[in-house]
Amino acid sequence: MMAHLPVMQVMVPLLAAPLCALVRNGRVAWGIAVASSWAAFWIAWEIFQVVHSTGAISYSLGGWSASEGGIEYRIDTLGTFVLMVVTLVGAVVTPYALESVGKEVDKSKQALFYAAFLLCLAGLLGIVVTGDMFNVFVFLEISSLSAYALIALGKDRRALRASYQYLIMGSVGATFIVIGIGMLYVMTGSLNMANLAILLPELSSNRTIPVAFAFLTVGVCLKLALFPLHMWLPNAYTFAPSAVTAFIASTATKVAIYVLLRLFYTVFGSDYSFLEMQLGTYLLPLSLIAIFSMSLVAIFQANVKRMLAYSSLAQIGYIILGISLFSSTGMTASILHLFNHAVIKGCLFMALGCVMYRLNSVELDDMMGLGKKMPLTMGAFLVGGFGLIGVPFTAGFISKWYLIQGALEKGLWPVAVLVLLTSLMAVVYIWKVVETVYFSEDPGSVNSDCSEAPIGLLIPTWTLAILCVYFGIDATLTTFGASSAVANLMGIGS
Amino acid sequence: MESNPILRIATKIMTPYILMFALYVQFHGDYGPGGGFQAGVIFAAAFVLYALIYGIETARLVLPMGVAALCGALGVLIYAGVGIATMFLGGGFLEYGFLDSHDAEHGQHLGILLVELGVLTTVFGVMVVIFYSFAGRGRVEE
Repeated sequence: MMAHLPVMQVMVPLLAAPLCALVRNGRVAWGIAVASSWAAFWIAWEIFQVVHSTGAISYSLGGWSASEGGIEYRIDTLGTFVLMVVTLVGAVVTPYALESVGKEVDKSKQALFYAAFLLCLAGLLGIVVTGDMFNVFVFLEISSLSAYALIALGKDRRALRASYQYLIMGSVGATFIVIGIGMLYVMTGSLNMANLAILLPELSSNRTIPVAFAFLTVGVCLKLALFPLHMWLPNAYTFAPSAVTAFIASTATKVAIYVLLRLFYTVFGSDYSFLEMQLGTYLLPLSLIAIFSMSLVAIFQANVKRMLAYSSLAQIGYIILGISLFSSTGMTASILHLFNHAVIKGCLFMALGCVMYRLNSVELDDMMGLGKKMPLTMGAFLVGGFGLIGVPFTAGFISKWYLIQGALEKGLWPVAVLVLLTSLMAVVYIWKVVETVYFSEDPGSVNSDCSEAPIGLLIPTWTLAILCVYFGIDATLTTFGASSAVANLMGIGS
Repeated sequence: MESNPILRIATKIMTPYILMFALYVQFHGDYGPGGGFQAGVIFAAAFVLYALIYGIETARLVLPMGVAALCGALGVLIYAGVGIATMFLGGGFLEYGFLDSHDAEHGQHLGILLVELGVLTTVFGVMVVIFYSFAGRGRVEE
């Protein structure tokens, strides 16, 4: 069975999803969801070990090899790293969902919620596992369509509008991606990434290739919400059910970034992407604007969930900044931040989910003096907040450290200064919450009779909070995973 | 429309043939144009026609919403189940050749038929669910 791990990684949640839809009972569906997301995590861990001991694994679907036009699943060091991120978040969020979703989603829709959740997980895992361009598109749509449905399940009526907005923008992005893939297929006659990598350099003088490159880049940047293409994200994160926000914020954009890396490094090759197309010169200013403007907007938000959504946009900026530096240190920073930000944001959004559970609101004004009533929840929020700022001994510190190092290596000291400056902006918006929660007296408003969140919500939240601290102190595993992924990518490029 | 005898009789005569044609498209998918998706849509079209003429409540008596939704999920299970089965028979995922221990070609025929049956079931179920949900807007949910 071990040889089938790559396909099982996708099939376990994909099979569990229709089962959830069949049983129609929220609790049973939840049980299926937990079992399959844990199984997915275990499979990802097994794959991680196999890839790091014997190298990249390849799997031909239906026994048709890539040269016969078949679909190949291929997992290398970068892929296994992203698989670990996605399945870890999935495995932590599903247990959390029982009470959070139980309160926020209509009882008759709960089983379908878990079905959509597992489909989203399967889609995200499929994107990472596959080595076929069209398969990437199909899985991207599986994950996006189920994400639209999940967001629309939010209690607030505005969730529907947010989901619709995301649907329109996401479909535009998907169309761009499929046009780009179509062009590549017309030019090369192949959809397999490894084949494309061999065939494309011979065609680099052809005008279609840069157009395909542009379509793919813009399409994927829309999915990952890079600065000018980010408008769908804040509403979607704010109005989605808490468990969905925690899951999607930590995984969906990360997987889109993975697709971007795959395109730049594996399919087109880093020489073409960064030297011939001068990608760095476009991405660097965009990421800097994203980091600065989104951190600024985050400071002025009254809804904490929306504030964190804007902060997510800034964090995506950090990741893209690292990629645009086109150096191994910058890339290591990006890939590390992929993991660290997933853990940090997952923790923060789950802590907010606990607040939502008790208060039915995450407005800053309603959270006055909450630190005394929900000490454990707000403690986890504080840890996550420190991670976001990049305080030493939290995971955020490690990735920012690499990022600043990468910027200085390239002699871009203004960029390094800006990274430090925007960290201070993160201090401002996190401090706003801390001040309200710990240092202002409760005026006897909505939260007067609220108590600590139930243990079922606290354990998953604190799991991520502890991981956030653990990977800040002992980053051996994450830096090992990230640097071997970078070595692999950069090795292909040169 | 519900009182027009020509439409009612014509629908009654047509419906079995539409269902039949859907199955033809399904089973002929190996050799000619067709396959599970098209067959599923045609199969669903028979129910849509029936609902248009005899009213959506009558159609829901023949095929309740819950059953259609069940079909939607069941088809995916059939498809994936074939893949898992070939894995247990010693092949790769969806490697149909392993379905028949004597003749790999027979196994491939069987595999593609079963998989297309899964596609038919899901497409049919989802089409009917979409039609019911839109046509039944503003009415009482069952």
